[in-house]
Amino acid sequence: MTEDTRFGLDRRVRLLGPLPLDSGASLAPVEFAYETYGTLNADRSNAILVCHALTGDQYLASTHPLTGKPGWWERLVGPGKPIDTDRHFIICANVLGSCLGSSGPATINPATDRPWAMDFPVITIADMVRAQAMLLDHLGIKRLHAVIGGSMGGMQAVSWAALYPERVASAVIIASAARHSAQNIAFHEVGRQAIMADPRWRGGAYYADDDPPSSGLAVARMAAHITYLSEAGLTEKFGRRLQDRDAKTFGFDADFQVESYLRHQGISFVDRFDANSYLYITRAMDYFDLAEAHGGALANAFKGSKTRFCLISFDTDWLYPTSESRAIVHALNAAGAEVSFMELSSPFGHDSFLLENPEMNRIVDGFLKAGEGR
Amino acid sequence: MTRLRPDLQIIADNIAPGSRVLDIGCGDGALMAALRDNKGCDARGLEIDPANVASAVAKGLSVVQGDADTDLAAYPDGSFDYAVLSQTLQTTRRPDIMLDQLLRIGRQAFVSFPNFAHWRIRMSLLLRGRMPVTRLIPQSWYDTPNIHHVTIEDFRALVEAGRYAQEGQWFLSGDKQTSKAAANLLAEHAVFLLRG
Repeated sequence: MTEDTRFGLDRRVRLLGPLPLDSGASLAPVEFAYETYGTLNADRSNAILVCHALTGDQYLASTHPLTGKPGWWERLVGPGKPIDTDRHFIICANVLGSCLGSSGPATINPATDRPWAMDFPVITIADMVRAQAMLLDHLGIKRLHAVIGGSMGGMQAVSWAALYPERVASAVIIASAARHSAQNIAFHEVGRQAIMADPRWRGGAYYADDDPPSSGLAVARMAAHITYLSEAGLTEKFGRRLQDRDAKTFGFDADFQVESYLRHQGISFVDRFDANSYLYITRAMDYFDLAEAHGGALANAFKGSKTRFCLISFDTDWLYPTSESRAIVHALNAAGAEVSFMELSSPFGHDSFLLENPEMNRIVDGFLKAGEGR
Repeated sequence: MTRLRPDLQIIADNIAPGSRVLDIGCGDGALMAALRDNKGCDARGLEIDPANVASAVAKGLSVVQGDADTDLAAYPDGSFDYAVLSQTLQTTRRPDIMLDQLLRIGRQAFVSFPNFAHWRIRMSLLLRGRMPVTRLIPQSWYDTPNIHHVTIEDFRALVEAGRYAQEGQWFLSGDKQTSKAAANLLAEHAVFLLRG
């Protein structure tokens, strides 16, 4: 195949759209920042779409330009890995509403020539998926060998299977849920309120002065980060140990290691993420309830589905606990769909899906390979 | 290919090609793989042990980690040609309800179990006065998953009480099939095919 400029690292494309949104609004044009890895085979049957999580990005298996860190899922994606750059053609796009190059509140509103800010339409998980479908049309990919995602990426993967069953041969949904629970929504609301309470937020119109609500966003990240870990994991990593000191200071400095760690998480996050994007994407997740869109019965979302499903949960994940995955599995059973499910053991809470887990790799590898024989 | 456990071989030999099969307590998926590869069956599995589930999924089988006592309710009526419950009935909380579930989900059901009335077990209990530990029931009374020991006669009575039809019965002693005569005394292991 001759060099196709649509494929490769750090790609950008502006598609005319319009993209109709669940809110009733529509978006045009739609900008995409994405990466592809590996080579699309002649019959275009080896494409895998990887969907990233809330604050993730398209730098799935390449160095992040802002942080200099390796790709966020290189444990699962790479040569000879379960998602195999030698065997598969892999696409990862910055999600709609985010801030790494795809359309979102920080991109330019063509009507005003200024950043959208809070004029950006409220989006949903289904909107994200429809946008990705638009991108796949542009890339000439009719059918995915697999769609794979963890956390919010899993919400997109399960929505892909519900919205475009004929386009998805296999779906892998890791540490995810088919709806946001009251507790999930509650934690997100804390984060949003932290951002909006920062005087520098100014109704979202902070782009012109390059003076974003960093304190609010950092607090939002700190609160959220706790939900990605487990009590046991925090205890093991930090306990009640003090940070670079021998005694408590009787003040409000970061006395404890865990405080220092969280502050660092918050501060480093604001360098790579936009506060308004955080508002929009958490809203999209809160609105997510796949059953609601199907008459209240999740099984209806998968009626007659020929897609193969693989779900994985982690025993210490209290953000998207096993019971949420099981609800999807039961719905798939009720719909007669082909489904595998397993709860893996890991001490690291929700974040487990991003960490080294040989069992997860073994399952994803076997599941994907079995789909290739068909 | 590795050989199937004798009770699984009987089940595999008697399942119609191309059937839809739910294997409850499917272990590492040996029966499912044999049915898929040799008989073109659409086999699904339910298994409680995580390592077994991982092995089965890595083989490309569709297996859900779950508990037969609680997770069968999600499967619709008549959604499978066969429900298979091998060496698991005696570990379930309520074998009678389990039987109902099997024949609700499957049009037919294979059930295999170790026979607690085998003469060796009877002798062991009679002579030693202790709960028997044998090849098929290898654990002590306190750590065994077999919480509802059953004999062939008990099982027949349960089937009759549920008004289910017996469509086939096979008996094993060692790894060999044994006759139907005096099975409750001479068979270590039984396989039944039932219809709802």
